[in-house]
Amino acid sequence: MKELFIGNAAVARGLYEAGCGLISSYPGTPSTEITEEAANYPEIYAEWAPNEKVAMETAFGASLAGVRSVCCMKHVGLNVAADPLFTLSYTGVNGGILVCVADDPGMHSSQNEQDSRHYARAAKVPMLEPANSQECHDFAKAAFALSEEYDSPVLLRLCTRIAHSQSIVETEERVEAPRKPYEKNIAKYVMMPGMAIRRHPLVENRMEKLARHAEDCAFNRVEEGKDHAMGILTSGTCYQYVKEVCGDTYPVLKLGMIWPLPEKLIRDFAASVDKLVVVEELDGFLENHCRQLGLDCTGKDAFTPLGEYSQKTIAKVLGYPARESLSIETEIPARPPMMCAGCPHRGMYYVLSKNKCTVIGDIGCYTLGAQAPLQAVDTTLCMGSSVSGLHGFNKAGGRPDGKVVGVIGDSTFMHSGITGLVNIAYNQSNSTVVILDNSITGMTGHQQNPTTGYNIKGDPAGKIDLEALCHAIGIQRVRVVDPYDLDACDKALKEELAAEAPSVIISRRPCVLLKYVKAKTPLHVNPDTCRSCKKCMSYGCPAISMHGGKAAIDPTLCVGCGVCTQICPFGAFEQEG
Amino acid sequence: METKSIMIVGVGGQGSLLASKLLGRLLVDEGYDVKVSEVHGMSQRGGSVVTYVRFGDRVYSPIVDTGEADLIVSFEKIEAARHLSCLKKNGVIVVNTQQIDPMPVIVGSAEYPAGVLEEMTAAGAKIDAVDALSLAEQAGSAKAANIVLMARVAKYFDIPYDKWVAAIEKTVAPKFVELNKKAFELGYNA
Repeated sequence: MKELFIGNAAVARGLYEAGCGLISSYPGTPSTEITEEAANYPEIYAEWAPNEKVAMETAFGASLAGVRSVCCMKHVGLNVAADPLFTLSYTGVNGGILVCVADDPGMHSSQNEQDSRHYARAAKVPMLEPANSQECHDFAKAAFALSEEYDSPVLLRLCTRIAHSQSIVETEERVEAPRKPYEKNIAKYVMMPGMAIRRHPLVENRMEKLARHAEDCAFNRVEEGKDHAMGILTSGTCYQYVKEVCGDTYPVLKLGMIWPLPEKLIRDFAASVDKLVVVEELDGFLENHCRQLGLDCTGKDAFTPLGEYSQKTIAKVLGYPARESLSIETEIPARPPMMCAGCPHRGMYYVLSKNKCTVIGDIGCYTLGAQAPLQAVDTTLCMGSSVSGLHGFNKAGGRPDGKVVGVIGDSTFMHSGITGLVNIAYNQSNSTVVILDNSITGMTGHQQNPTTGYNIKGDPAGKIDLEALCHAIGIQRVRVVDPYDLDACDKALKEELAAEAPSVIISRRPCVLLKYVKAKTPLHVNPDTCRSCKKCMSYGCPAISMHGGKAAIDPTLCVGCGVCTQICPFGAFEQEG
Repeated sequence: METKSIMIVGVGGQGSLLASKLLGRLLVDEGYDVKVSEVHGMSQRGGSVVTYVRFGDRVYSPIVDTGEADLIVSFEKIEAARHLSCLKKNGVIVVNTQQIDPMPVIVGSAEYPAGVLEEMTAAGAKIDAVDALSLAEQAGSAKAANIVLMARVAKYFDIPYDKWVAAIEKTVAPKFVELNKKAFELGYNA
């Protein structure tokens, strides 16, 4: 059956057909839908893990138990899971293991532009890279057999344009993969020095075999071209841009298996053309390999290592004429993403901003609090860094008046904030952590997490009690506030900053986009009471703007949270009922 | 057949994903090779959103670049202007006349530009403006503005009315089918 699938859904379909039995992941754009889609197949046990390291280790455990297993993550998630990956490369697998990693060139929804291909090389594991949804399906499906044959985890690398583009996929039926018996084998599975040192040569040997496999692997192919003045080596989404621009003018070596690389295939291809051009987004990964082989080529000397490519990038470098385009003089104001009207994070940020706090931020929707007008966030680094960064800032005496907090979402706290809080409690810094608990993983599109009490299918699950957890870690001062109550937030903040002890403020109110959160009647502005002071504009609510000198509320956006009534000194915001 | 390119642009939360799903479904049913590219995540939070739909005998790139779009469907008045450079010479812009202030306008650091549609016309774009919000409200829900706009888009395709309706039935949740069929009819006859 032919259907349109986004790349992520096609991966999930491929896993399903190949007899996958378990998938454990942490959400991260652009990888999230693989796990969400896989959860729709009853034959696959699917779960959200608290972080990528836990997810990969869970997949390892399932593999040990003889089941074909998967974990998925965004590029930065692979940093978190790098520890198990590098040694998983040594132990190898029982049931096949596939690790899906989605890069985000252009940083549509990420904090960096790292190129995950380096992990395949560094961890010495094979990596596949599909160029459309059909290949997402086919490669995911083939990965388990590859993993089991070569006794290695397999990496499947996607990028945003593959993960989130729909194209036609021909699906097939599922073939069950019988559970492989688990047999105790400490030489293979106990990676202490004496054992691991004997596994390392096997890893090197495996990569040599895989490099030979790459020479005639069906995923690597040469597409003939009329003009041999140039030959293009490419993979993934860049292949599509190359074909869009060049059609079948120049020969193309299209790689689907991008690690290890086929030396002879690349050498023969280079010898068949006058000039070798390597087209790849981000780093010169394929190019470096060509240079290592002693092949002269055009690569990052002509193509940028920055951002996302398109057909225009390729056309420009290869000397194709630019297309005509229209333009107007008027400058169009930017439309950046922002926290929603009624977002519970905004209340807490307003109070932090008013108190002129230094805020060590974290990863999630609430990173948007860095923008005008609130400008409440001072730094964002990586998942969990708010809590540990706050501790370091305070230990170094970063601010004599002590007005420093860390802010972290509920899901991010579960992911990697807990260990930072352990450090605060253990090494006793006088730090105040604000957990912005909106009862969901928001930014990636509403995934459940250990604090919500529901699992990936929406069924009741274990629920971590944040207050009890913080107490158990050793934080004596833990309090809960409603971020819609600005006075309560202000009081809690001032008291906890003044206290001579580590503390946690849980700012708790569910995300307004959750279905069970019902909007109230929108407010309106009484133009006779509004004195045009614009104080409400400092709140940055997208539902409030100035029209004809007076504040006005957009009733299509307003959810009736009423926080603006606490900000206006003249009582101009009115709510009926 | 040469690959055709359509862009659907708007503001996060306006329902452009459903519009692209509908279009994708319809074009697959018509036997074309189809690619639809969307971006999730950060961009959903009230920011500019862009979806690309491309179809033909064989589609390579999933994205639409400078001077390539045959048609831009804009869910908001100035969003089309943001992507004007992508329009092909003689290309058409179907635009919803709804105005949604972006944050710089809300906080007063920028003005919502007036006369952008006229300016784009003067620059050589064919503008087909429609008050999709009013028609959607007439059909029963402001949320159906996306389907009203797709009905307007339907006029630029040689695909019969019934097939569009069939695609709506296949893509929209059952309880909203009637509402959306009504919205489509209003948009088509407007």
